[in-house]
Amino acid sequence: MLILSQVSKRYGDVLALAPTDLQVPGGETLVLIGPSGCGKSTLLRLIAGLIQPGSGSITFEETRLSSENILQIRQQMGYVIQEGGLFPHLTVHDNVTVMARYLRRDVGWIDCRLNELAQLVRLPEEMMNRFPAELSGGQRQRVSLMRALMLDPDLLLLDEPLGALDPMIRFQLQKELKAIFAQLGKTVVMVTHDIAEAAFFGHTLVLMRDGRIVQTGPFKELAQTPAEPFVEEFITAQREPMAQLVEALKWT
Amino acid sequence: MDVKQRIGVVLLVFCALLVHPVVRAEEAVSITVGSKGFTESVILGEMLRHLARQTGIEAHHQRQLGGTRVLWNALLSGEIDAYPEYTGTLLQEILVNENLQTEIELKQALTRRGLRMTPPLGFNNTYAIGMKAELAERLNLRTISDLKNHPELVLGFSNEFMDRADGWPGLQQGYQLPQHNVRGLDHDLAYRGIESGTLHVTDLYATDAEIDYYKLLALEDDLNYFPVYNAVILYRADVEQRAPEVAAMFNRLAGRINAPTMSRMNAQVKLNGEPESAVAAGFLKQALNLDVDYQIQTAWERFWQHTGEHLVLVGISLTAAIIFAVPLGILAARREHLGPIVLGVAGILQTIPSLALFVFMIPLLGIGGPPAIMALFLYSLLPIIRNTYAGLKDIPPAIVESAQALGLPSRARLYIVELPLATRAILAGIKTSAVINVGTAALSALIGAGGYGQPILTGIRLDDIGLILQGAIPAAVLALLVQGLFELIERGLLPKGLRIQTSGIKGPSL
Repeated sequence: MLILSQVSKRYGDVLALAPTDLQVPGGETLVLIGPSGCGKSTLLRLIAGLIQPGSGSITFEETRLSSENILQIRQQMGYVIQEGGLFPHLTVHDNVTVMARYLRRDVGWIDCRLNELAQLVRLPEEMMNRFPAELSGGQRQRVSLMRALMLDPDLLLLDEPLGALDPMIRFQLQKELKAIFAQLGKTVVMVTHDIAEAAFFGHTLVLMRDGRIVQTGPFKELAQTPAEPFVEEFITAQREPMAQLVEALKWT
Repeated sequence: MDVKQRIGVVLLVFCALLVHPVVRAEEAVSITVGSKGFTESVILGEMLRHLARQTGIEAHHQRQLGGTRVLWNALLSGEIDAYPEYTGTLLQEILVNENLQTEIELKQALTRRGLRMTPPLGFNNTYAIGMKAELAERLNLRTISDLKNHPELVLGFSNEFMDRADGWPGLQQGYQLPQHNVRGLDHDLAYRGIESGTLHVTDLYATDAEIDYYKLLALEDDLNYFPVYNAVILYRADVEQRAPEVAAMFNRLAGRINAPTMSRMNAQVKLNGEPESAVAAGFLKQALNLDVDYQIQTAWERFWQHTGEHLVLVGISLTAAIIFAVPLGILAARREHLGPIVLGVAGILQTIPSLALFVFMIPLLGIGGPPAIMALFLYSLLPIIRNTYAGLKDIPPAIVESAQALGLPSRARLYIVELPLATRAILAGIKTSAVINVGTAALSALIGAGGYGQPILTGIRLDDIGLILQGAIPAAVLALLVQGLFELIERGLLPKGLRIQTSGIKGPSL
């Protein structure tokens, strides 16, 4: 449903993304992972049309992205970023429904959809008239997800959606998010730098480094048959603390 | 296109507002006289107004309009119909390039410009160089030449005298004067400097009331440097067609005012505090046996008039500034290449001294309200543009991007997300502009637009602190009121979500 062919992006002399091919099948969760500055966020922003590729083309549901159709196509994409990106001057209700109201959707439909989503992300009714400043970090991410899902998009783009949350809430939300994805059957492209999170969510992992894709495949494949030493290093680096933790527990 | 049309309409309305008072002045058959920024000129101006009204025609007096150039240009362009002038000023300053020798030649030169001149009124208000009689005696000074032996004396001259060819530059050359400590200042302030001893020597007008009052000695012009400054009335030739009886009235003043009479009238106003209007009327009764029906405004009437004028100046210029500056700030923030240009131009406008900006507007828009409003408008732009720009630029990129990712078009993003978030900054800019505007509007009186500057200007001329405060205090109070008003508006306009302190209020986790 999403096909990138030979897409590249350059900022001045810096190559943020080398010419890249990528296909995301419908209904799958694909996770872009890699160290900071590897180009994973650039790739996500290219898909959302927030930046224009220097070369190559992006095709979404048989339509090639262009500056003319991007506004239309974005209604078929939901986008969630790290801090939520909620509009501080709008209530939860207004944040979630802003685009639907702009499109003059039926008021009854909007209310109905809002309730549905609040139940889905388990956000209490009385939160609807609160402002973002009156919410916790976890609540803000729930609202942000509601806003992304409001128009029932085919594709969900998530840029480190849980990155700013403390570990307890993060763990809770990870489970809930995965359940929601499974329930909705949406195509998801998610960016994270946490290998455990990637393994938890992703059908397919795309490991990136220095603006290029190093290896694509399920976590198991990356762990068992790393394409190059970097893949192993990346996975080990994040597994090491966990191993130490397990070791420490043995001594007590 | 929509926006352009809207801006076009606003531009038209604004221009119409600017032009409106001028149009109205030309519709009615009326005579406008002007006067320069010193008491004698104001008294003569009042006399002209009384004389014109005697004929049943409506007459206005633009008091203390400014210096010679401002009055001369206003007369040429027809914004005023008459003003009192001096032959020496015409020959030595205004028409100096024509090298005119006789009064006949002068009259011809004026006729070529569509102007008329009455015969001399009867006094020669030449420049004189004066100092405290006591100091002159101590240093044994009698003539201007004697100043050569005292380079240590501090000289202070009226601003006009400093600049004009027949003023200080010519005097210094003619007498070979050695003094270097020379400063320009307001004529009326110079007397106070002399009194306090910070100044030793200044220029005087021969009919100044202060010569006696401050016990000054006019040094003898032993080289006959100063030309004759016979007072005359200049008026436009078309007055003879539009209102021939008014021109005839003006000419009745010829030869009727001698130097002691003028000195006495100056003293009545400056030293006894009598209104110029009353002094002028008294003279007309005595010399021409005219019964002038004049009204002296009460302090409250003056206050309300100045308040009205000030509010009009501030209201129109500030409203226009908001209408123009907010879109310009948006343009600067949204078009990368236009930002530096817009901010740069507005910044340059702000660096022009406010007084100069007012004077620059005179050739373009004449005198009175329109140039003052234009100057105030230009002066109010920068704070609003800059704050609008900064307010939009300071919105976190994550929020701008979220709005984009939702699929909101550019205009909708602006109205739904960006402008509400920039409200506080934009209002702060407007508040700054409003306070600057109210203060700067006091300068409008210098170009005949009235307002709270008028009593300040008159107060400086008459050395009357009370009168200065009558303008200064209301101006300060108005600035505070305007600031308070915008704080109320801010309370109403600022989105509720932005008033919540982020810290402290936190819902339960999850």
